[in-house]
Amino acid sequence: MKGSNEDSAQSVNGSSIKITDVTQDGDTLTFAITSQKSSSSAGVCVFRTYEDFEWLQQGLFSQEDVPGLQGVIFPPLPSKPLPSTSLSQAKALKQLGFLALGDEWMIYCKALELYLQQVAAHTTLSKSKALYSFLNSSESPGKQCGKKGILNRLSQAMEEMRKEGHKDVDEFFQSERDSSTNLSALFKLSTEKFLDVVLNKQRLALACGHFSTSLHLCVNQDNPTAVAFSKICLKLSDIIEAVKINYEKVSDNDISTLGLGLDLESRYQEAKREMLFRRTCKLVELETANRNSERAKPNKKAIMEGVQKATQKEFDIISSVAKQEIEHYHRDRVSLLRDFLICWCEKQLSTARESSALLSQHLDACKKFAV
Amino acid sequence: MHFPSVFSSSTASPLPTLSDSAMDPPLPVSSSEPPKDIFSEPPADTFKDPLNKTSAEKAASGGLSKAQAAVPVKVAADEELDDLFSDSLGESGAAPVTDAKIAPLLDLGEEPQKSDVIKKDGNADLFKEPLGAMTKKPQGSLFTEAKSEAKAARPEQSNSAAADLFTEEAFTVTPVVAAAKSSVNTSSKTNGLHSDEEDLFAEATVELSLDSPHNDRRKREAAKPSAPAPSLSASASTSKPQPKTLEELEEEEKEDTFDLNISVTNPEKVGKSTTSLSMFRSKQFTVRRRFSDFLGLYEKLSEKHAQNGYIVPPPPEKSILGMTKVKVGKEDPSSAEFVERRRAALERYLHRVVSHPSLLQDPDVREFLEKEELPRAVSTQALSGAGFLKMINKATDAVSKMTIKMNESDVWFEEKLQEVESEDQQLRKLHAMVESLVNHRKELSVNTAMFAKSVAMLGSSEDNTALSRALSQLAEVEDRIEQLHQDQASNDFFIFAELLADYIRLLGAVRACFDQRMKAWQRWQDAQNMLQKKRETEAKLLWANKPDKLQQAKDEIVEWEAKVSQYEREFERVSATVRKEVIRFEKEKSRDFKKQIIRYLESLLQSQQQLIKYWEAFLPEAKAIA
Repeated sequence: MKGSNEDSAQSVNGSSIKITDVTQDGDTLTFAITSQKSSSSAGVCVFRTYEDFEWLQQGLFSQEDVPGLQGVIFPPLPSKPLPSTSLSQAKALKQLGFLALGDEWMIYCKALELYLQQVAAHTTLSKSKALYSFLNSSESPGKQCGKKGILNRLSQAMEEMRKEGHKDVDEFFQSERDSSTNLSALFKLSTEKFLDVVLNKQRLALACGHFSTSLHLCVNQDNPTAVAFSKICLKLSDIIEAVKINYEKVSDNDISTLGLGLDLESRYQEAKREMLFRRTCKLVELETANRNSERAKPNKKAIMEGVQKATQKEFDIISSVAKQEIEHYHRDRVSLLRDFLICWCEKQLSTARESSALLSQHLDACKKFAV
Repeated sequence: MHFPSVFSSSTASPLPTLSDSAMDPPLPVSSSEPPKDIFSEPPADTFKDPLNKTSAEKAASGGLSKAQAAVPVKVAADEELDDLFSDSLGESGAAPVTDAKIAPLLDLGEEPQKSDVIKKDGNADLFKEPLGAMTKKPQGSLFTEAKSEAKAARPEQSNSAAADLFTEEAFTVTPVVAAAKSSVNTSSKTNGLHSDEEDLFAEATVELSLDSPHNDRRKREAAKPSAPAPSLSASASTSKPQPKTLEELEEEEKEDTFDLNISVTNPEKVGKSTTSLSMFRSKQFTVRRRFSDFLGLYEKLSEKHAQNGYIVPPPPEKSILGMTKVKVGKEDPSSAEFVERRRAALERYLHRVVSHPSLLQDPDVREFLEKEELPRAVSTQALSGAGFLKMINKATDAVSKMTIKMNESDVWFEEKLQEVESEDQQLRKLHAMVESLVNHRKELSVNTAMFAKSVAMLGSSEDNTALSRALSQLAEVEDRIEQLHQDQASNDFFIFAELLADYIRLLGAVRACFDQRMKAWQRWQDAQNMLQKKRETEAKLLWANKPDKLQQAKDEIVEWEAKVSQYEREFERVSATVRKEVIRFEKEKSRDFKKQIIRYLESLLQSQQQLIKYWEAFLPEAKAIA
C-alpha cells in the first residue's frame, strides 16, 4: 500500500498463501490467512470474512488499467458459505456441493486457499492492488464500497442468452465455445453424481454404526452359552465398526481429493465460459459498431468509425489475451486434475490396505474363537 | 417298500419303467426303458440299466459325489432303508416334466439292492441312474460321465470335479435336467393370485448328503446339477463338506412344470432335490420336491415331535409376490433373487433338520429325502409365513394364560423363557438394521453405476488424450467397484439378514416347545384334579353307601392314578427334552453365528483385496496424465 516500488515489493509468493484457521461466530466465518512475499520470508497474517473475498473478486474485475481484462479467465470464487446451524444440510449441499462437506469447513477453506493461490499465480491478476491490500492490510477491506466490475455472471438478462449462441468469426474460439459448453455440463453432472456416491457412503457408515451399537446391546451374562454368544455378538460389533470406519475414511478421501478436484474443475469451466461469453458480447458489440459505421450519415460517420476502430481494437486485445488464457487454462487444469486423481487413488489405496489388514486380523481372531 | 416309478420325466406320465426295476435286483429292466417320449434322445445303448434317462439338457450330475465307500455301513437302524434306496429317485413330480428334461435321480439302493449302474451316455444330457447300487459293486465309471457333464454344466462346482464315483454303494448321479420353463406343461395358470397359499416352488434340487455319524466318511462332493432353466440362474448349491455330520445340501431351482392343484388352486412347480445320504450308505439321491413338500415335512415332524419338547425347525415362508413373478416368467433381478433366496432357505432348513440327531432318525425325514414321489401335502395352508407366525402366537397366547398358574418348580425354565423373549426382540432389531444396511449398499451400487457412466461420457468428450484415457479407466474402475458393492450387498443379505430371520423363526419354535411343556404340565394337573374328583366321588359313594357304583369309582380311581403318574412322567420327560434341546439350540446358534461371521469376514476381506487391485491398476493411469 505504501511506498514506491510497489510492484516488486508487492509480489506475493503464491504457494505460501495458506488459510490456517477458521472460526465461526454465529453465521459469520472468519478466515485466518497467512502469506509471504516472494522477496522476504516474513509472513503476514490477516483475518478475512467472505465479504472481503467478494470485495477482492470485484476489485479484480474492475481494474481499469489492464488491457483486455475481459479476456481473462478469473479464478472462480466459491459460493458464500452457509453455516448450517440455521439452514438445513440439504440447502448447503445444493449451494456448495462438496465444499459443504468435511469437518469444520476444511474443504471450504481449501477451496478458498486454492482461489487465492490461483489469483496470486496469475500474471496479470497478481499485480492487482486489491490482492495486495487483501493479503496485507490489517483493516478489513471489504467495508469499502467497490466499483462495479465487469459483467460477471452469465445469468443476466434474457437478451444476454441470445448472445451466447452468436456465431464466432474465429474457428479456434468457436470450437472452444462448443467444447466448453459440452464439457462444462458433463463435469457438473459428474460432480453431482460423485456427490451422491459420497453421501451414500456416509449413510452406509451411519447404518453400520447403528448395527454395531445394537449388537453391543446383545450382551447377556447369565450362563456359559449365553456368554459365548455375547462374545460372538461383540466380535461382530467390532467388525461392523471397522467397516463403518472404513467407509468414513473412504468418503473423506473422496471429498478431500477427487470431490474437491471435480468441484474446482466445474467452477473453472464456468469461469472459462463466462470469459468466452464476454468476448462474444464484445463481438456482438463490434458487429453492431460496424453496421452503425456503415449506415452512418456523413455527419456522424467519423464518430462511428472512431467507435468502430476502438471496439475493433478492444476486441482484438481481448481475443489475444483470451487465447493465451485458454492455453494456460488447458495446461493448468490437466495438471490439477492429474494431481487430484493421483492423490485420490493413493489415499484410497492406502485406506484399502489398512482395512484389509485389519479385517485379516479380525478373521484370524474369529477363527480361533472357541465356541 | 417299493417305490413307485422312479422317473417321471415324461410329460405324458411318470415313467413306469423304473419302478419295477427299482426293487428288483439287477435287471436290465427292459421295461424300464424310458419311453421315447421322455427322452429327447433315446440312448438305448447307454442304458445298461433300465434306469437310464437322458436328459435333453445338460445336466450336471447333481448327485455326483464321491461315494463313500464305507458302504457296508449299515447306517440307520432302519430296515426300511434298503427300500428307500432301492428306488431311483427320479423326478418325482406331479408335474410332468417335459420330455426334454428329466432329472433322473438315481437312487442307489442299499446293499441288498441290486446295483445296476447305468452308464451314462456320452451326451451331456444323460443321467444315469444306477439302480440300487449294491454295496460292493464298484460302480466305477458310472459316474464319470455324469460327472463330466456335471462339470461341464456347473463349472463352478468344484466338487463335481471329483471323479470319484461311488464305489461301493451305488450312488446316484443325478444329472438333473431342468426342463426349460417352456417345457412345462402348463396346464395350470397361476392362480397364485387368488389364494393365499401359493404352493409354488421353483424347482429345487436338493442334494443332500449326510454322513453317518458312525461312519467316518470321507467328504463327498456333490456336484450340483446345472440349472438349465435360463430364467433361473439360481443353482447355487454350495456343498460344504463337513467333517462330522455332514450335510451337503444343494438345491437347484428351475422351473419345470406347472401343475394346477385344483383344490387349492395353487400353481406349482416341481422341485427337484438331490439327496445324498451317507447314512443311507453313501448314496446319493436326487429327488424332486415341491415347496409344499417341505411344508408337509415340517407338519409331520411337528406333529410327532413338538409335543415331546423337541424344537422342530420351521420352514421358510411362502411369498406370494415372489412366486408370482417367477411363475409369470419375469426375468428380472428381483425374481432371480427371490428364487435364490428361497433355494438357500430351503437348503438351510433341511440342513437344520438333518443336523438334529433325533429328527434325522425320523422315517419321514428319510422318506422326504429319498422317496421319489411324495404324496401331495395338502394342508400346508396353515404354514404360510403369516399363518405360521399366527399359529405360533396363538399357541403361545393360549398357553401363556396357563403360565400364570403354573408353579414353576424349576426356575431354569422361567429364566430361559425370558431370555428367549428378550433375544427375540434383539434379533428383530438387528434384522431391521441389517436390512437397512443392505438397502444402503444397493443404493450405493446404483449411484456408483451412474457416476461411472457420467465419467465415461466425460472421458469420451475430453480433448486431452491422456486425461481422456484416465477418465475412461476411472469409469471402468468405478463400474467394477459397483459390482463389488452389489456382491457385498447380497452377502450382507444372505449371510446376515437371512440368518437373523431364521433365528427369529427358530426362537418361535423354541417358545412353542416351552409351550408344549406347559401343556404337558397342564395335562398332568388336570389329571390330578380329575383323580381328586374321583376320590371325592368314591368318598361320597361310600358315605351314601352305594356299593354297586363303588367298584366303578374305584376302577376309575385306579385308572386316573395311572394317568396321573403317566402324565407326570411325561412332563418330566418333556421337561428334560426341552432342557436338552434348548442347550443344544444355544450351542448350535453360537456355532452358526460364528460360522456366518467368518464367512462374512472372508467376503469383506476379498472385497477389499479386489479393491486394492483396482486401485493399483488405476494409479499408473493417473500418473500417466501429462
